[in-house]
Amino acid sequence: MKRLRKSPSVPFLIICASPFLIILTVALSILYGTKGIDASTIWQAIVHFDSTNVDHNIIMQSRLPRVLAALLVGAFLAISGAIMQGMTRNYLASPSIMGVTDGSAFVITICMIFFPAMSNIHMIMFSMIGSALGAGIVFGFGSIMRNGLSPVRLAIIGTVIGTFLSSLSSVLATHFQISQDLTFWYNAKIHKVDPDILLLALPIGLTGLVLALIISKSITILSLGDDISISLGQRTKWVKAISIIIVICLTGTAVALVGKIGFVGLIIPHITRFIVGIDYRFVIPCSAIIGGIFLALSDVASRFINFPFETPVGVVTALIGVPFFLYLIRTRGGERRA
Amino acid sequence: MVTTVIRAERLTTKYEKFTVFSELSTSIKKGQITTIIGPNGCGKSTLLKTISRILKQQSGEVFLQEQDMKGISTKAIAKQLALLSQNPEAPLQLKVEELISYGRFPHRKNVGTLSSKDMEVIEWAMDITKTTAFRNREIAQLSGGQRQKVWLAMALAQETSILLLDEPTTYLDLAHQLEVLQIVERLNKEHHCTIVMVLHDINHAARFSDELIAMKNGEIITAGPPEKIIAKNVLKEVFNIDARIMVDPENGSPVCFGYDALPERE
Repeated sequence: MKRLRKSPSVPFLIICASPFLIILTVALSILYGTKGIDASTIWQAIVHFDSTNVDHNIIMQSRLPRVLAALLVGAFLAISGAIMQGMTRNYLASPSIMGVTDGSAFVITICMIFFPAMSNIHMIMFSMIGSALGAGIVFGFGSIMRNGLSPVRLAIIGTVIGTFLSSLSSVLATHFQISQDLTFWYNAKIHKVDPDILLLALPIGLTGLVLALIISKSITILSLGDDISISLGQRTKWVKAISIIIVICLTGTAVALVGKIGFVGLIIPHITRFIVGIDYRFVIPCSAIIGGIFLALSDVASRFINFPFETPVGVVTALIGVPFFLYLIRTRGGERRA
Repeated sequence: MVTTVIRAERLTTKYEKFTVFSELSTSIKKGQITTIIGPNGCGKSTLLKTISRILKQQSGEVFLQEQDMKGISTKAIAKQLALLSQNPEAPLQLKVEELISYGRFPHRKNVGTLSSKDMEVIEWAMDITKTTAFRNREIAQLSGGQRQKVWLAMALAQETSILLLDEPTTYLDLAHQLEVLQIVERLNKEHHCTIVMVLHDINHAARFSDELIAMKNGEIITAGPPEKIIAKNVLKEVFNIDARIMVDPENGSPVCFGYDALPERE
């Protein structure tokens, strides 16, 4: 039998190498920080944890949860961005640009005002509701405006609505005097991630990833355009509904974990498609891997930009993301292709 | 005995509040090439999209092989009917062969790779459309004519007995227009494929079709064989032109060799 495609060796290489790359990233992230800790202490902390040892506590309570959170959040945002770009054929689609993360942060703000003692699971749920709200408002405006779903217009609507929601959040936060608690969400509190909420996020993330993989082939078909997708016998509305639910769950969980982080969901899917091609069966898992590692390494970098003070990780992702965003607008113009 | 493969009954389709056509009925005969002609905005493409379920009608029914399409799963429809839409856009990094292989989607299980049967059909589709030579190129590297043939090949890979084509020759040069229509003709003659297409060129429509449907303002003015439709009175009514018509001595089909605009009518 003749082989149709060139063997998808690049995606398999990425997937096979990912455990090693992830371990390396975790090791780097635990080793390097404001306080230098040597490798043998790290080993001791893992095998013989001593709760009275300061270094051990830093490792197990701060650095390990932190790198795990970065890996998860990076993966969640990258998968969300990949699904959004494939589904809408809009190369600027991503959770932060389309108001999804701002919606989450807005609803979290409201909840922190009225239910300050909210449990972790409630926080994740409200964050998901916020994601749905943000996406709903942006796509709602997009569909009632003439040509509002074109890439650049939708990005403008998303940015305007996102900025509005975030301003509203800070007005509310100031009025109810909870600004202190909220700055975390607006500067990404990756260094203060709560290990308990991390454990809750894991099953949600895995479910989202599995669902995303199941519908990945349908997303490839959807990326050929709605007409072709229907003509090929795909139940387009159903696939879109599942895609939206996955995006809302993953982005909502990501914001509940560490707050808003921009650009990961935008740039990682582009870089991934550049490497592995446009088959979403490969784009989705590879985006997850590359996104997680990218955010974890950005987090490591954030500790050294202004040493010994930490720079918010969102600043690092923006430093890389903004030039890339401008490059996309310049090279791809108003074309409606993802 | 000619049988009907697609029958539209009292179809009404709207774009938001604008009604494109209402209570429209027509039928397509099996094994024939039927071409819909008419001025811009008359509802030709909308009719094609409605009978291929891309657009949902407000009311009325479409019957596929005498079965109401609402009762057939969209995947089952995709095994009987393929559509080549107007100006399709593919991700530019996609390879020709990969794009064509997506035509097998309705025949494949959710997981797994292409079967040898899939491969065979893809090879056949590339062979008929003469796209084999650039099978490994990316869509971005193709000319408009090549792209159109690749899209046609993808629709063929669906292996359906009915093929709907929405303006398959638009934006192509004269030679490529003819090439695409000859492929369509060959599919009809050799593979007994029922073809329904929308064309702007009435001479091409006359030459390649068994049946023409002339539309204007959301209504079917008349339908019938080319000799009956490519006539002075019909073209006057449909396009508001004064056409000069003769018969092509080479193939016997009516040809409009010149025309003038008639004054605007109320």
